[in-house]
Amino acid sequence: MLAFTLRRAIQAIGVMIAVGVISFSMFRFAGDPVNQIVSLDTPPAEREAVRKSLGLDDPVPVQFARYFGNAVQFKFGVSYQFRQPVSSLLAERMPATLELAICATIFAMVFGILMGVYSALKRDTVLAKIFQAVSLIGISLPTFLIGILLIYLFSVTLGWLPSFGRGDVVRLGWWTTGLLTLSGLKALILPSITLGLFQLTLIMRLVRAEMLEVLRTDYIRFARARGLTTRAIHFGHALKNTLVPVITVAGLQFGSVIAFAIITETVFQWPGMGLLFVQAVQNVDIPIMAAYLLMVSLIFVTINLVVDILYTVVDPRLRSTIRRPA
Amino acid sequence: MTSPVLSVRNLEVEFHTRRSVLHAINGISFDIAKGEVLGVVGESGAGKSVTGLAVIGLIDPPGRIAGGEIHLSGMRIDHLPPEEIRRIRGKRIGMIFQDPLTSLNPLYKIGDQIVETIRTHLNLSETAARKRAIDLLAEVGIPAPEKRIDAYPHEFSGGMRQRVVIALAICAEPDLIIADEPTTALDVSVQAQIISLIKRLGRDHGTAVMLVTHDMGVIAETSDRVAVMYSGRIAEIGPVQDVVQNPLHPYAKGLMGAIPTLAGEDKRLVQIPGSMPRLSAIPNGCSFNPRCGFVFDRCRVERPEPIAHGTQAVACHLYDSAPKSAIKETAA
Repeated sequence: MLAFTLRRAIQAIGVMIAVGVISFSMFRFAGDPVNQIVSLDTPPAEREAVRKSLGLDDPVPVQFARYFGNAVQFKFGVSYQFRQPVSSLLAERMPATLELAICATIFAMVFGILMGVYSALKRDTVLAKIFQAVSLIGISLPTFLIGILLIYLFSVTLGWLPSFGRGDVVRLGWWTTGLLTLSGLKALILPSITLGLFQLTLIMRLVRAEMLEVLRTDYIRFARARGLTTRAIHFGHALKNTLVPVITVAGLQFGSVIAFAIITETVFQWPGMGLLFVQAVQNVDIPIMAAYLLMVSLIFVTINLVVDILYTVVDPRLRSTIRRPA
Repeated sequence: MTSPVLSVRNLEVEFHTRRSVLHAINGISFDIAKGEVLGVVGESGAGKSVTGLAVIGLIDPPGRIAGGEIHLSGMRIDHLPPEEIRRIRGKRIGMIFQDPLTSLNPLYKIGDQIVETIRTHLNLSETAARKRAIDLLAEVGIPAPEKRIDAYPHEFSGGMRQRVVIALAICAEPDLIIADEPTTALDVSVQAQIISLIKRLGRDHGTAVMLVTHDMGVIAETSDRVAVMYSGRIAEIGPVQDVVQNPLHPYAKGLMGAIPTLAGEDKRLVQIPGSMPRLSAIPNGCSFNPRCGFVFDRCRVERPEPIAHGTQAVACHLYDSAPKSAIKETAA
């Protein structure tokens, strides 16, 4: 078990080094950073001074070593547009994105599993067919369109929920949360639905398919022959077996939820990392782009690692194969 | 005589498909007494397993019980509402399936699965149920049951898993055990152990056993009586000794003739020409008539009903001593 975790952790570090190389190379290939900092009429001597102060005249390997050494300590340099350390910019924006992503994932998991189980167990009912149809819409409609439609319906027409921003936030140390105020909670609803809808339909369809598969297995037939109650069979035996692939997908999707929060954050002007990234792209603010790339990869890799370890918690068969590698 | 544990009368099971209705079971009747082992043999598709599933009430749509009655210790159970038949399953009828490797839920410890079943049917506390589970595991021959109870199914061999399945089937002291090919998926040395285990449990607890198999050797070893099934009907039923040594029905004769003997004359084994008809194309009259060497006109139009012949009952016109003068046209 420990050897397995260590092996996976080492692989994860390998991935992060590769991402580090890519993110560093952005500085070299996405234009000259000095041009972004200085104004058009800066004399060449001054440009060289800036270049020197940023360490851009050192050989490439030295620059990379310095970049990587700093990145490990979460120092990502100074933003060209804000003239502030990127790490503090990200730290400031991260709580908003994480809160949004977590709410969206919880929303997607809860409703996805409920709707999936329902449409598997009662697959001939009208409601199950409606779920199937709606899930098709959820999978095919682009996120920004869903966001705009929700804003139109609930903010413009009905006026129930705010159309943009995070509402009032409460500061807890370095973390800011919108979960403790009414306006913060209200502001969270529409973006969470927008962001989570795709995952919801994905999870729902996955749960439905897996559940139907599991209900056909011999151990479910045997459980019925043992006279267990329908509820024990469906929710004790079938659901647990269904959840193994659902954990993988939901886990990996959490990474994409954070990454693709960019679009939702833009639609709702949500002050998170995604919005910061979009502004950075518009202004060729490479330190922010590179740091964002690193952060998102780190989140992805960490989630992958956690999912792999979680498997063994759910499925005992994996534990023994891990203990005794074949 | 006390009433039989299981009594099946004119059972019919049909499956509705898009094109037609298939008759998987076509009016079969049999009894199993307390402590008796009834072997059910026949080719694949003869309706052996469907009979077992019908008794325990696990025929799923598009299949349904279309006619006849099933009585368990005198109580009719074939038309009970789902919740009541569920209470009977596992408590009064235990079932053992063919493949022990897939019969147990891989994510739960075997002890949890046994305790769950016990507590569904018997009013026991968690600790009492666990103690009973350990006793059951010991009874079915699992070594160190107090340790093994916390193992997962994949930590057992096939034979050991089938023992766990048997423990699950008997955990509420059922009146009847239906064993659907309990040894088919096991290797030969383990087969014998499982068979003697089922036999012993039947004897010790007075449980009636319905043993579905296509292995005549298993039947000869374990059963008191045997029913030979052919395309959804019982061709012949009787004490195992008589049916094996003196089969009456031409199909049963062919079946027994196809068993190699150790006595070992170099004779060719008997082979029944042709194969069993598909459910969608069962011939008129006796369903065995296209393959039968003794076929005569009546077999092609009239379906034979079981006729008592000594200790056996056989569904064949050859044994009808008083043939009806007017042959009814049963063909539709």
